[in-house]
Amino acid sequence: MQYNFLKLQSAAVGLICLSFAFASCNGGGNAANSSDSTKTDSTSATSDNNTILGAGSTFIYPFFSKAFSVYNQQTGVKVNYQSIGSGGGILQLTNKTVDFGDSDAPLNGEQDSAIGVPVLHIPMCSGAVAISYNLPDVKDTLQLTPAIIANMFLGKITKWNDPAIAAVNKGVKLPNTPVVIAHRSDGSGTTNIFTTYLSKVSPDWSTKVGKGSSINWPIGLGAKGSEGVAGIIKQTPGAIGYVELAYVLQNNMAFAKVQNKAGNFITPNINSTSAAGNIQLPADSKVSLTNTDAADGYPISGFTWAIIYKEQNYNNRSQDRAEKVVKLLWWNIHDGQQYCAALNYAPLSPAAVTVAENILKSATYNGKAILQ
Amino acid sequence: MDKTKTMSAPGNISFRVPSYQEIMEKLRIKKASRPYKQIKWEVFFKRSLVAIAILMVLLVIGIFFTLVVQSVPSIKALGIKYLWGKTWNPVTNEYGAYPFLLGTLLTSFLALIISIPFSFAVGIYLGEYNTKGWLSNLLKNAVELIAAVPSVIYGFWALVVLVPLVRAIEIKLGVVPYGIGIFTASVVLAIMIIPYAASIGREMIKIVPQSLKEGAYSLGATRYEVIKSVILPYTKSGLFAGILLSLGRALGETMAVTMVIGNTSIIPTSIFAPGNTMASVIANEFTEADRSVYLSALIELGLVLFLVTVVINMIGKRIIKRFTR
Repeated sequence: MQYNFLKLQSAAVGLICLSFAFASCNGGGNAANSSDSTKTDSTSATSDNNTILGAGSTFIYPFFSKAFSVYNQQTGVKVNYQSIGSGGGILQLTNKTVDFGDSDAPLNGEQDSAIGVPVLHIPMCSGAVAISYNLPDVKDTLQLTPAIIANMFLGKITKWNDPAIAAVNKGVKLPNTPVVIAHRSDGSGTTNIFTTYLSKVSPDWSTKVGKGSSINWPIGLGAKGSEGVAGIIKQTPGAIGYVELAYVLQNNMAFAKVQNKAGNFITPNINSTSAAGNIQLPADSKVSLTNTDAADGYPISGFTWAIIYKEQNYNNRSQDRAEKVVKLLWWNIHDGQQYCAALNYAPLSPAAVTVAENILKSATYNGKAILQ
Repeated sequence: MDKTKTMSAPGNISFRVPSYQEIMEKLRIKKASRPYKQIKWEVFFKRSLVAIAILMVLLVIGIFFTLVVQSVPSIKALGIKYLWGKTWNPVTNEYGAYPFLLGTLLTSFLALIISIPFSFAVGIYLGEYNTKGWLSNLLKNAVELIAAVPSVIYGFWALVVLVPLVRAIEIKLGVVPYGIGIFTASVVLAIMIIPYAASIGREMIKIVPQSLKEGAYSLGATRYEVIKSVILPYTKSGLFAGILLSLGRALGETMAVTMVIGNTSIIPTSIFAPGNTMASVIANEFTEADRSVYLSALIELGLVLFLVTVVINMIGKRIIKRFTR
């Protein structure tokens, strides 16, 4: 017995030493690498030349995971996309640890200067933000004007039977329920699209609150993620909030028709969202589709952009790798678009595809265009 | 007596018990130098323990310095008024931690107040009334299981079960019936932190010397009186340490809180109003913080949380010291 104990003890000591040795070895390695993390990361990325790395928007993730798995079957090229949020994706691209980022908003001034070199924004698909509400006794679909939405989210309209709402919903019996605002508490591209829209349609919102992926909400309850906002709306009678269209459709939630710039009340769906992007787009595609000029377009929608460096020869990347990235995105804006609708994303409008093609053609390797 | 001795110093004592000769014989067969080797092992073992302990300390210091360094842009831009600034507005790059500091302290202390009767009751029952047997074991394990359940499950449960209940209460009380808010978050937190104080309380109450209790009984004290005037005074520093541990847990809890607190940066006006905590803001906004001052302000929030925890712990240690004196 005693002898066994002795053996056990020495074994334990050995184990501890071993684990300690491993731990210290690991720590040392990290410390040595961290000073030059971008370099090591990119070499590890290039070491597997058949895997393209991407990171960014969580909004686009379901579409990307479907499209990329098909792409893998067709071409053998693997895409590893991490849905860490648009801001995170841009940061990863800035650090050159991924081949492409994906963001629901174009780079802001600070992000632009952090990257320092020209980048390309390629629209991937567009998505709509639906205004969902919970009024158990109202069976008709409510119609909302931009002014009503802004005033509700500013806290100026506090009851559902407000004359302003009644005026555009003739024949609907509106209850005397207090309005409860639900919004996203986490930074999100959905919030960015919605607040950009409100800033465009309401001068009051623009001066008092502003736009961004996180803002200082004047009133309301915040919840994490689409599922959180949906949870508040479903549970609270009188609640209203903004949720991605895809999520609303999948969960059979009630959502409002919204009046667009042309004065039409538009039901958010894939067609009306695609239509919103069928306008004269600027050559760099960096435009917010909110409050679209298109007469049949749903006014609260936006692109999500894949973002790559314009000059693809950086960090000793091979031309082969650069070509693979550009080809992947080319495939995405053409063949990949057919997988949008099933997941409730709106495919790019013909106008948007043309713009995206031209942008991709401007990508270069050593100054020479990658796509001929 | 023997048993405690071998337990307290297993390495040395086991060498001197009768079977020593037997070991020596075996060792002689193997190698005569074994005892020397053993000493070397002892030294090495002790050194590795010290090294690992120091590593832990370095880790904490490292975290603190990382937080400080990363907060520098925010400290430069916002200065000390960050601490009592009342607006948190990423659009205008104006950040004030006050609403979240208030929210963190409010939810944690409210949770503590709600949890104390329960954790003390469990501790006393399991430590004094029912220390053995299947029921005691079942209760003990059930309470400990509370600590093992992932916090997101509490958040989910609260959202589905607790929120409608609180909303019903709020309608009765005549306040705005959100259902989610500081109060709901505090109730969830209270449930989550019960096992910490309860387990420590149970162990503390168990080790109250039998002679003390028997003395009190022999003087004619009832069981309640024994608990009140012998057990609780004897164990108060331990009980307080348990409370402190619960509070630490409550201060840092993120997921369950963020699911039911309402996440607004408006300063709460009542315990039923929505609010936000520091941990919850960090978890919510970190991924999309797209400007350096914003990111840094969030990290500074982590620094403030770190310091709040340290300060509360230091105050707690002082109180424990005063108790034991």
